[in-house]
Amino acid sequence: MKLKKTLIASVVSAVALFGGQAMADTLRIGVEGAYAPFSMKEADGTLSGFDIDIANALCAELKRECELVEQEWDGMIPALIANKYDAIVASMSITEDRKKKVDFTEKYYATPTRFIAKEGATFELTREGTKGVKIGLLRGTTMQCYVEKHFPEADIKLYNTQEDVFADLVAGRLDMQINNTLQAIDGFLNTPQGKGFAFLGDDLDDVACLGEGTGIAVRKGDPLAGELSAAIKAIRANGTYQAINDKYFDIDIYGK
Amino acid sequence: MEPERTFLEYLRDISETTAPLDFMLIFDNLDRFVEGAWVTLQLTFLALLLGGLIAIPLAIARAYRKPVLNPIIWGYTYAFRGTPLLVQTYLFYFGLGQFEAVRNSFLWSPILSDPWWCVLIAFTLNTAAYTTEFLRGAIETTPRGEIEAAKAAGMSPWTRMRLVVLPSAFRRALPAYSNEVIFTLHGSVIASTVTLQDLLGVGRWLNGRYYLAYEGFVTAMLFYMAIVFMISLAFRYAEKRYLKHLRPRETEKSPRPALA
Repeated sequence: MKLKKTLIASVVSAVALFGGQAMADTLRIGVEGAYAPFSMKEADGTLSGFDIDIANALCAELKRECELVEQEWDGMIPALIANKYDAIVASMSITEDRKKKVDFTEKYYATPTRFIAKEGATFELTREGTKGVKIGLLRGTTMQCYVEKHFPEADIKLYNTQEDVFADLVAGRLDMQINNTLQAIDGFLNTPQGKGFAFLGDDLDDVACLGEGTGIAVRKGDPLAGELSAAIKAIRANGTYQAINDKYFDIDIYGK
Repeated sequence: MEPERTFLEYLRDISETTAPLDFMLIFDNLDRFVEGAWVTLQLTFLALLLGGLIAIPLAIARAYRKPVLNPIIWGYTYAFRGTPLLVQTYLFYFGLGQFEAVRNSFLWSPILSDPWWCVLIAFTLNTAAYTTEFLRGAIETTPRGEIEAAKAAGMSPWTRMRLVVLPSAFRRALPAYSNEVIFTLHGSVIASTVTLQDLLGVGRWLNGRYYLAYEGFVTAMLFYMAIVFMISLAFRYAEKRYLKHLRPRETEKSPRPALA
């Protein structure tokens, strides 16, 4: 009986202590973890990548404790709205559709989107040319919007993680896949897995679907958007951004 | 002057702005949910049918302790009942696809490259393992008298199995089987993790396409509930019919006592 009371008392005080602290100044950031080199998991389970470093740099700039919360991609926005974290730093493109649900900061990088298929593949990127073609992509992305809009007669396969898309492309279950070019180069084409595959067609162009760069999403009306935008500008100005950028890429991915 | 709005536009406006659930969006995509329900039902009931057919000979071999077969079947049911269905499905889908030899074999292009077949194989083997074990239990608990009576009537072992042991065992396994059917239906959501557009797959598609939190899930949930309801009704009817002998017998109503 006494043990039980002690146990309950210690649990309550622990919750009060840590819970209270978390409320005070921790910034909870939703990240994904299966989108190399932007967001990935090391062998020991820790998160790394461009998004992760940017998130940590922004927290440091805002002088707040950072808590990274992992979340599968298709639940990213719902979990933000449900208050599981306060901001999403997960290579999320700024689109009109998403703006109906969340607010965005200014962009923190901008890269084009492109298709990948077997080297020498001759699919025509038209409505007729993609009829019945198996196209793999990550569920709930700008790519889903693009492919469903432009190639509605394709056989569209939706995946939970980008790694699964690549696995099925290699296994031959997919004819092609579509995603962010930088992620595709570093996460796939330059790996042993990506041998024999190449980009198909040019950079895609459709702002309505593909958005205007990659931003940080926060709940609607949250002043955090402004603070984070200022912090992005600050780390751009003080060289922190460049250092992180150079760690992963040869070019400046901030765009124009 | 404000332009007149039709009732439908009015509904849409409420649905998008004030309603807690965007019901018009669900309504607009109902055909997709019906297609998803069809995939779910196909997978569930094909797996149950095939799994059931496999389970009958396996259960007999287990119940009669056939040498060699019995330990092998036990190993199979133990493995499939002791591991999660999700892991089994991943093994068939992602696991086999890793091997060059599998990809070059004749099984790849019509069957193993297709998520539908991978899922069906995994579900079938899984439900067959469970069904084998409780059917074995039902066969083992066949009342002795029934078998003695069958022997006394001069039935051969095969006729005995066909006319007495199995029908009697099926009846006893019926209540447990209704659980297995519902569990298989629930387990079928795993199909959505390997790109199939089953009920949950459609729900997740809707959530992903419109960045919603629960519209897709709530709709899928209602569909699942309706399916489970119909399955329960079917089993209630079956139990009433085939387990009639177990219910307390209704006696003829005694005539109402005359008022004094």
